[in-house]
Amino acid sequence: MASKLLPRASRLLRPTSIPQYRSFSAAPQRLSDSLMVYKKGAVMPLLDLGQRQHGFTSISVMNEVARMLEMPPMRVYEVATFYTMYNREPVGKYFVQICTTTPCQLGGCGSDAIVKAINEHLGITPGHTTEDGLFTYIEVECLGACVNAPMVQINDDYYEDLTPESIKTLLTALKESATTGAQVPTPGPLSGRSTCENSAGLTNLREVPEWSPELLMRKDGALDGEAKQ
Amino acid sequence: MISRAAAPSTSTLASLSSRSLRAQGAAARSFATVQEAPPVKHYGGLRDQDRIFTNLYGHHSPDLKSSMKYGGDWHRTKDIVLKGDDWVRFRLACVGGRLISEIKASGLRGRGGAGFPSGLKYSFMNTKDWDKDPRPRYLVINADEGEPGTCKDREIMRKDPHKLIEGCLVVGRAMNANAAYIYIRGEFYQEATVLQQAINEAYAAGYIGKNACGTGYDFDVYIHRGMGAYVCGEETSLIESIEGKAGKPRLKPPFPAAVGLFGCPSTVTNVETVAVVPTIVRRGASWFSSFGRERNAGTKLFCISGHVNNPVTVEEEMSISLRDLIEKHCGGVRGGWDNLLAVIPGGSSTPVIPKHVADNQLMDFDALKDSQSGLGTAAVIVMDKSTDIVRAISRLSTFYKHESCGQCTPCREGSKWTMQMMQRMETGNAREREIDMLQELTKQVEGHTICALGEAFAWPIQGLIRHFRPELEARIRQYEKEIGGAPFAGGWKPSARAEGKLISPGM
Repeated sequence: MASKLLPRASRLLRPTSIPQYRSFSAAPQRLSDSLMVYKKGAVMPLLDLGQRQHGFTSISVMNEVARMLEMPPMRVYEVATFYTMYNREPVGKYFVQICTTTPCQLGGCGSDAIVKAINEHLGITPGHTTEDGLFTYIEVECLGACVNAPMVQINDDYYEDLTPESIKTLLTALKESATTGAQVPTPGPLSGRSTCENSAGLTNLREVPEWSPELLMRKDGALDGEAKQ
Repeated sequence: MISRAAAPSTSTLASLSSRSLRAQGAAARSFATVQEAPPVKHYGGLRDQDRIFTNLYGHHSPDLKSSMKYGGDWHRTKDIVLKGDDWVRFRLACVGGRLISEIKASGLRGRGGAGFPSGLKYSFMNTKDWDKDPRPRYLVINADEGEPGTCKDREIMRKDPHKLIEGCLVVGRAMNANAAYIYIRGEFYQEATVLQQAINEAYAAGYIGKNACGTGYDFDVYIHRGMGAYVCGEETSLIESIEGKAGKPRLKPPFPAAVGLFGCPSTVTNVETVAVVPTIVRRGASWFSSFGRERNAGTKLFCISGHVNNPVTVEEEMSISLRDLIEKHCGGVRGGWDNLLAVIPGGSSTPVIPKHVADNQLMDFDALKDSQSGLGTAAVIVMDKSTDIVRAISRLSTFYKHESCGQCTPCREGSKWTMQMMQRMETGNAREREIDMLQELTKQVEGHTICALGEAFAWPIQGLIRHFRPELEARIRQYEKEIGGAPFAGGWKPSARAEGKLISPGM
């Protein structure tokens, strides 16, 4: 019954004219050890692994995961379609995800300016891939770096504190690194600050002294009493 | 993150005023003597030595050696864990655990949004005869930080991972858990890498794993990466996600403490809540509870984003005033305090508060609840007068529409419906009575969904209508003027009927 239903579901999920992969290499041993307890729990890491190996979560990746975990394929499709980070279509070498949720919309120069800059620079609108296949560019929801707004995620890296100029420089540098093999720019804030601190100078924690048990341990001896027992 | 307990109460204003009247009555003087006013305590101004997250700005690397040197992590963890052992030996009543009573005494409230007292929550795991239950028990750490505005757990995981891992062991011991699962959102790939390295270090040093810290207690810590779903911040959908299913929330009861991860007793708790516990136990509950107002004890990571001069994540004392927080740590609102329009005080799902409320606002659970908002995750989103407030809230509606899991009809349909209405409100393409309709719609969703995402998208809109209704009405009038006549409800142009479109009489 399942095999009869399978082709129809596959047609729905398979984007047209994309090469399909037949299998992918087995998961690391540690991963498969943990599946022994509750096999199904490994479906998300395995799909991620498949996506990393093949560039996107194709229907064949899903089927292979279903086979490895002895799950009905439909259960895997359910997971792969629910989570937004499984790309069911191929993406470019650099997958640019720009956050446009309210904090990014407000913070810094605002994500509107960044979206406009990327549109101009890449010549595409969100949801498309450049002709050279280097950049896929989408708008996403909050990526959890609101203090460093506006920001983009490119593949696994966060580039924060953007301005229209710095995002253009960044995209140019990435394009160069794809063609000439130059170093990819270091992720993190592009404004000069190191992480989430006040950019005008620290307001607290200017010095972090070594931790001392005399100063920073409780004095009531509650821990000592227990240790003797 | 997504939680219902932080509901802004509707009756608070009434009770607030009656309370203040009573207080005035009690203070009425019967003799002609000069009475000293009760000392007004100002909160805030936390000293560096009282900060828990000393590596918040990346002073040292997150490895084990530096964490022990500068952060004091894993100092006497063995003694702490043995305190729990004491509890097992004496078989005290269900809430008498030593470790838990320490957490209870500290007054720590969950940092994930709802502000539920943590000690109480952990004690739910140790019901009567829990030790006769053969099932394993799990601690699940919610690191699925997706609430717009919130970026505190990320800083903990990438800079102070050992605080979190030690916290897992201590809290796990307090609730007699066998393992901890850390559910980290998929976008935080680098953070997950740092955390995994820290876990490996802790295993290698014998702090976790078999015979953790030499106490004879076995405890494992695993990481599970999410794959981009805000709704997985809800505890039951987070459990579903770890089990390898689509992250759709479960009906409660049974609560996770009875039937949770893999059908076993589990407790889901936020990263920050867990990460502060070892320090609380090391320095004493009374130290922690000395900060902040009563019932809102401790220190808290605040993430201030939006229209401030220098956005920052900072650890401060609870009950600090909003104005102090912004002016001291963020260089003030852009264009000065008077340029402030509104503040979202606790992440996107808490209602917005306008400037006149923000002027004297204390940042803690109860004070914000009294202002019909909530502390949530303490993610302060500041908006100055240049903000298009309707658009800002409308963007949140779009966010919730995108993130609704689609399981319950009120949320699935309601989030889309409100999003469409809000997008029309942006231009004013609506009728005035549609504002009431929108309000009623959000009230219909609230409380009628399995998880709190229904409330989460309803509250920002309710907050907007509560405080910025004149703005909405002005836009509607402006739009009417532009198109020369009132649009029909639903956004149809006045000429729609003449064009042969089907407009019902009620529109």
